[in-house]
Amino acid sequence: MTPVITIKTPFTTEAAEKLRIGQRVLLNGKIYTGRDAAHKKLVELLENGEELPIELKDQIIYYVGPSPAKPDNVIGSAGPTTSGRMDIYAPKLMAQGLKGMIGKGKRTPEVIKAMKQTKAVYFAAVGGAAALISKRIKSCKIVAYPELGPEAIRELEVEDFPVIVVNDSLGGDLYEEGLKIYGAK
Amino acid sequence: MCQEANYILGQDVIDAFKNAYETEQSVTGKDILQQLIENAQIAKNESVPMCQDTGFSVFFIEMGQDVHIEGGSLEDAINDGVRKGYQEGYLRKSIVGHPLERQNTGDNTPAVIHIRVVPGDKLKITIAPKGGGSENMSAIKMLKPAQGVEGVKDFVVETVKEAGPNPCPPIIVGVGIGGTFEKAALLAKEALLRPVGEPSSDSYAADLEQELLELVNKLGIGPQGLGGKTTALAVHVNTHPAHIASLPVAVNINCHASRHKEIEF
Repeated sequence: MTPVITIKTPFTTEAAEKLRIGQRVLLNGKIYTGRDAAHKKLVELLENGEELPIELKDQIIYYVGPSPAKPDNVIGSAGPTTSGRMDIYAPKLMAQGLKGMIGKGKRTPEVIKAMKQTKAVYFAAVGGAAALISKRIKSCKIVAYPELGPEAIRELEVEDFPVIVVNDSLGGDLYEEGLKIYGAK
Repeated sequence: MCQEANYILGQDVIDAFKNAYETEQSVTGKDILQQLIENAQIAKNESVPMCQDTGFSVFFIEMGQDVHIEGGSLEDAINDGVRKGYQEGYLRKSIVGHPLERQNTGDNTPAVIHIRVVPGDKLKITIAPKGGGSENMSAIKMLKPAQGVEGVKDFVVETVKEAGPNPCPPIIVGVGIGGTFEKAALLAKEALLRPVGEPSSDSYAADLEQELLELVNKLGIGPQGLGGKTTALAVHVNTHPAHIASLPVAVNINCHASRHKEIEF
């Protein structure tokens, strides 16, 4: 198995360019959360020429809608949601400097192309390992759209948050590679 | 019930993870299966949801025809239970009140309720919380009878292939063959209620389940779609008589968090 790479946010172009598909990464530092409802609002602001509630340059967005936190817990269960629903919005955010996305499932060719152009990376977290993943989240605060409930934008502080590089800045795709290796010939 | 279904993964699924761990060739795939076993333990020990998507609350009710319910409607009682269970159990509220206006109802109601009247004086309630990610990758097709079993196999394999990494593999595949358009979909969903890997009592369906499982696992999608031999933990097939002109096939995909809880009064 490939060695694990540790990355501290902010996630710069330089760090993103070094990553390759299949690499296991432990993320540390601040990341944001957002699902389709929040993405829609962000893109509407951009289209109207308005300022975003969060700065996207060198940031990572985790596609997640956590379950409510129990008393004494930082956050509820927090596994990735299907990334494809964010595909129509993602290139517009990458154009603003967004460097990383965490989710699960396939991205469209347009998103993969935008990643290549802007030197961004798409990571997968283990879908459904939500109780396990939440242990790596050390703090959580809502920074925009509280009215969206589980879909609000949160700022998370993560420690050794485990992800795998699925699409790198060269246009590589781990899902395609996996099929080539393990699919019946 | 809502809480237990979301906190405690059935032993059938855990055993299936362990079996898959032994046979999976991909190192990453093995690592993921190990994480899923660990995740289930944490969820159970700490009474937290195994997955943040605590699902649409889908109920299957078998109501004895001699049962008489007093003091209000059964459906209201179920929705009251969902409201209370999701609120007090820190479960995510994932339902919007209108499919296009999309305002969250805030309490995970209304539930989807299927009621069947059966002989006897018992009331059996099964809850099967269903996540959106895997539901979105499900499909139904009205085949021509001439396409036969080969057509069914192609459609099932094609649906799983198209789903790829999206429904959180390893998945459980529910297949409904026959009946009408809506009956096939219901058969597929009911097939998911069976303990994982328990073969159909019908030998034709049981053989087809085995063959489909092998075909699906040859795709190479693997745990989380990152490549491997464990794409599905099981394929369950339910059939129903069909119209002379029709061969409906529904494929309902469930993520590995195959949750259900039963209670009988």
